[in-house]
Amino acid sequence: MDFASELLLFMKTRRKLWLLPVFTLLFVFGALVVLTQGTVIAPFIYSIF
Amino acid sequence: MRILGISAFYHDSAAALVEDGRIVAAAQEERFTRRKHDPRFPAAAARYCLEAAGCGLEGIDHVAFYEKPFLKFERLLETYFALAPKGFGSFRRAMPLWIKDKLFQKSMLRDAVRQLPGGGRWNGSLLFTEHHQSHAASAFFPSPFDSAAVLTMDGVGEWCTTSLGHGEGNRLEIIKEIHFPHSLGLLYSAFTYYTGFKVNSGEYKLMGLAPYGEPRFAQAIFDNLIDLRADGSFQLDQRYFDYAAGLTMTSPAFDALFGGPPRRPEQQLTQREMDLAASIQAVTEEVVLRLARHARSVTGERALCLAGGVALNCVANGKLHRAGIFDDIWVQPAAGDAGGALGAALAGWYQFGGQPRRVAGGDAMQGAYLGPHYAEADIVARLAAAGARFDCLEPDLVTATTADALAEGKAVGWMQGRMEFGPRALGNRSILGDPRSPTMQRLLNLKVKYRESFRPFAPSVLREDVADWFEFDDDSPYMLMVGDVVAQRRHGMTEDQQALFGIDKLNVARSEIPAVTHIDYSARIQTVHRETNPRYWALLSSFKQRTGCPLLVNTSFNVRGEPIVATPEDAFGCFMGTEIERLVIGNCILRKEAQDPALAHDYKARFDLD
Repeated sequence: MDFASELLLFMKTRRKLWLLPVFTLLFVFGALVVLTQGTVIAPFIYSIF
Repeated sequence: MRILGISAFYHDSAAALVEDGRIVAAAQEERFTRRKHDPRFPAAAARYCLEAAGCGLEGIDHVAFYEKPFLKFERLLETYFALAPKGFGSFRRAMPLWIKDKLFQKSMLRDAVRQLPGGGRWNGSLLFTEHHQSHAASAFFPSPFDSAAVLTMDGVGEWCTTSLGHGEGNRLEIIKEIHFPHSLGLLYSAFTYYTGFKVNSGEYKLMGLAPYGEPRFAQAIFDNLIDLRADGSFQLDQRYFDYAAGLTMTSPAFDALFGGPPRRPEQQLTQREMDLAASIQAVTEEVVLRLARHARSVTGERALCLAGGVALNCVANGKLHRAGIFDDIWVQPAAGDAGGALGAALAGWYQFGGQPRRVAGGDAMQGAYLGPHYAEADIVARLAAAGARFDCLEPDLVTATTADALAEGKAVGWMQGRMEFGPRALGNRSILGDPRSPTMQRLLNLKVKYRESFRPFAPSVLREDVADWFEFDDDSPYMLMVGDVVAQRRHGMTEDQQALFGIDKLNVARSEIPAVTHIDYSARIQTVHRETNPRYWALLSSFKQRTGCPLLVNTSFNVRGEPIVATPEDAFGCFMGTEIERLVIGNCILRKEAQDPALAHDYKARFDLD
């Protein structure tokens, strides 16, 4: 719950509540990706993460 | 008040500890774990910092993390959203990492911190600084200036890729920022990738390759890739890049513009890669110069502080120095992400804590000698346990004997005092050689370091003698400035030599000190100061007495792909696995011919090439 409230507060402070539906959608989508694969492999890429 | 700074979870994790504004210790995790660019939580480095401060975590008031994970996640989401459906492949790979780990960095960090000694009793707080705020703090607060302009340039933090700030006393204000995807660091990295080197570690190789080429692609870069304005601000045309949404740095349009696909790693280097290197180097220098001019006019300051990965481009720093835009330039020696740990801790002290800042003489980095050191008895015990055969001499005799070996042309491993913080070995974890020797460069590259033969070495020089050898008369204690060898010490090339292919020119002695002279007569200078490293200063002085030359070749004590040695055992292992002929640790001297041959081993195969 700490995490959710902090994330909400962050979006509110940044005036980016519009990201909430995007985040929810992506989180669900991302969760599906996580659930449908066994391992987490970091791609060879610099910029994104 | 004690603040522990942490940078982690991306690359080059590090920890730094600041006590009442004084930097007590700082170290990169890779040195302890022996895993190059180790991105994991820096548990070993943090433990060392606590030991150096003589406390457990319960004695730490704040733990400061060097960036803001939510802000980074915001950038990710917005980028994917803006580019959808294009970035699905990248998204599919990135999201599991974020959803499983990175999004919960605060709790991960808290859990990891509590695992440190005394963590169970810790009731301090976690602080988060922005990535470029950490860089800016690491550049300004330890600098020798009361007030200064501050420039930070790197790949990307949260959103920011370049920032211009103004520091005065204990205040540091960011005036302007350039945001992702427009990034000078990523532009340079795109060429690093395209020329077949590893992104995030091969950038300095590209810089070393540049003098072999002609900047014949520079105009194409200006015309197509980067829209550079008079004030140094810029935008990159994203059609040529793939890093924002894809899994590579460059796009097919980039390949088409430069006439072919990226070079594969370890494929033969050609003149084309050299020309590409020269071109991106020229463009980078132009951007840095414009940014600096703008920083000068906006802040009115006479001094400039630099940090961020681009500030490790010592060739650009040298150009900036010669341009005279600022009277003084100070570059944070750990300018990359490792230095963010230090910046976060200092930002915690000055900006969060509001503590006063006083500048006393030089900078506050203590020569960047902020890592672990080993007492004499400890060195002896460790070497004996490793099966080494060695002699322990009086300190003066150690210096004299080492200077003799160097004058005889031997490669010497030199481990003394506290380990350096930052990517450069500055005379405490170094391999040394005679810069006058025409064969030293080849010997060190191929038989000691096992690295590409095109890469030149850097000289350490007594500060008081630097102007006799280089067109440079200033402090460069962190090897972050480039200067040319003075004209009277240069050797010209014959017509036959001029006709040699790029890399072969390096074998032509270009000056009285060929081992440290690049083909354009430049050298990456480290000035050695009696105040910050008396032992190394004494060794150089002793070498000068014997040879008249106050310089030594100084390269980091490791092989290609290996983190710089940290412990006596690491140093002994590297010594026995390479063709280093003498090893000096503290007052202990080891001769290769006296060692048990059974302890020799194939060393280079242990490390992945970088």
